[in-house]
Amino acid sequence: MSRQINILEYLENIVSVCPDKICYANEKEGYTFRQVYDCARAIGTFLYYRGHYKKPVVVFMKKHPKEIIAFLGVVYAGDYYVPIDEEMPVHRIELIFGNLSPEAVICDETTVGLLKKFNYKGNVYLYDDIVKTAPDDSALREIFDKAIDTDPIYVVFTSGSTGVPKGVVACHRSVIDYIESFSEVLGINSGTVFGNQTPLYVDASLKEIYPTLKFGATAYIIPKELFMFPVKLVEFLNEKKINTICWVVPALTMISGLGVFDKIKPEYLHTIAFGSEVFPMKQFLLWRKALPNAKFINLYGPTEATGMSCYYVVDREFTENDVIPIGRPFRNTDIILLDEENKPAAPGEPGEICIRGTSLTLGYYRDFERTSEVFVQNPLNDLYPELIYRTGDIGKYNERGELVFLSRKDYQIKHMGHRIELGEIEAAIGRMDGIINACCIFDDVNKKIVLYYTGDCPKTDVISFAKEKLPRYMIPHVVEKLDAMPLTTNGKINRLLLKEKYMNEKKGAEKNGSINKNS
Amino acid sequence: MEALIKILEELHPDVDFRNEKALIDDKILDSFDIISLITEINEEYGVRIPVDEIVPENFNSAEAIYKLIQKLQDEE
Repeated sequence: MSRQINILEYLENIVSVCPDKICYANEKEGYTFRQVYDCARAIGTFLYYRGHYKKPVVVFMKKHPKEIIAFLGVVYAGDYYVPIDEEMPVHRIELIFGNLSPEAVICDETTVGLLKKFNYKGNVYLYDDIVKTAPDDSALREIFDKAIDTDPIYVVFTSGSTGVPKGVVACHRSVIDYIESFSEVLGINSGTVFGNQTPLYVDASLKEIYPTLKFGATAYIIPKELFMFPVKLVEFLNEKKINTICWVVPALTMISGLGVFDKIKPEYLHTIAFGSEVFPMKQFLLWRKALPNAKFINLYGPTEATGMSCYYVVDREFTENDVIPIGRPFRNTDIILLDEENKPAAPGEPGEICIRGTSLTLGYYRDFERTSEVFVQNPLNDLYPELIYRTGDIGKYNERGELVFLSRKDYQIKHMGHRIELGEIEAAIGRMDGIINACCIFDDVNKKIVLYYTGDCPKTDVISFAKEKLPRYMIPHVVEKLDAMPLTTNGKINRLLLKEKYMNEKKGAEKNGSINKNS
Repeated sequence: MEALIKILEELHPDVDFRNEKALIDDKILDSFDIISLITEINEEYGVRIPVDEIVPENFNSAEAIYKLIQKLQDEE
């Protein structure tokens, strides 16, 4: 086989192998490989005819198989897709539009009205209209022939500490590298039936989108509402014969934690990959007990290195005090642990997890400054240019030589499967009239985001403001007004003190509560 | 009932929980809320909501949630 340059080769190859098999589906309808191929090529042709080439094209649609087809259509046109979702607050989308200056947005009927809220003057195309375009084989062939594997295919936006989201740009080559390694580890084949949980606007959805095309598998988009009603969720997995899932940890612990396995078990599930946060061991053991023959895989990786970088296939018994390692890097990826002096961490000692390899993305869109802060010259190499990505995560090797995740270096946290910069919440709240200072801490025991603020706004107003400006998963759970912010000697807000105070009060309250109950 | 309203209002201070009848159908509560709610109800009322009672009908209004709590308390 000749070497692969373009991500679309997966689709081009598979469409003649199993044209009538279902490729992407939701609870109501499915699209065959032939349909995906035809529709994506129609959209590609349309965008090309309208003169959009090598440009960002925003895809603003509700979560649906058509949204994935739109992504592929954008790549056919030689453009790169930027997924936006109605779940995102208006303010965040405005910042993204400001960064991108897109000249084209693809919408569906449910989102086209919402677009009016933004100050956007460019072209708006309705999916159902543009998908009727007759594919122009020679034009598409020309675009395909000109494309090189370092051309971008998507930009996904992640949380940024200054309050401005960062657009991570990935190219054909990094995605192909990731998909090849990932598929190998999970053992994906044509019999794989994916149940997608993660939003399509994050890089996590690469796991279902591209392996499905590579192997002629099938991917179901699971309706979001089912993640509230766990028995119905498992019934859905069984009805669709879903055998492979790559979910964030909270989606899995919801099932085990609520006691679903006493009532019903997933009958077809044999491969369970998880990531985004540490799997609470108690919950993990419940899963293992319910599905003793399934393969469990812990995944770890930043968006900046295209999806996931490390994996650990659970191969031994764990007890409640153990932590599941993140294991080892994928093939063709290397991890180095650097200590505070940029030297390799001593064996068993913690260091910052840094990534080397083809899977590195191109960097942040229209932001050379923040790109150069984290995509840096490998400090262990002073002989020729070589980039590494500094994740800001701290890890170490355990006595078995497996990589273990320890903590975040800065104030970036993982919550409900989302990566959150506490600074982004603070920046958003800080924009409210009457707010003087805002500071967030994360209660990692009870998994709560706690916001402290000073100023003369009532608490309820601050909460309403937060709801308006922030995505749901970033809304603080506890909001406290302070008369003054504690400061460090060099005039910064003393987060450590605030956190200590919060955790102590929490402990004190629990103690008092139990005394009251006993008396 | 008051304690339940208080729990709900902490989740969404801007919602009129006494009169809202479509908490699920209108997507006012999401999966994060349901999980917090189940935990808080357990702490406040000492009842564990069994998984087969976690269905949309039981969570569409404060009244429906309260009825479920009462039913579970009676069963104990």
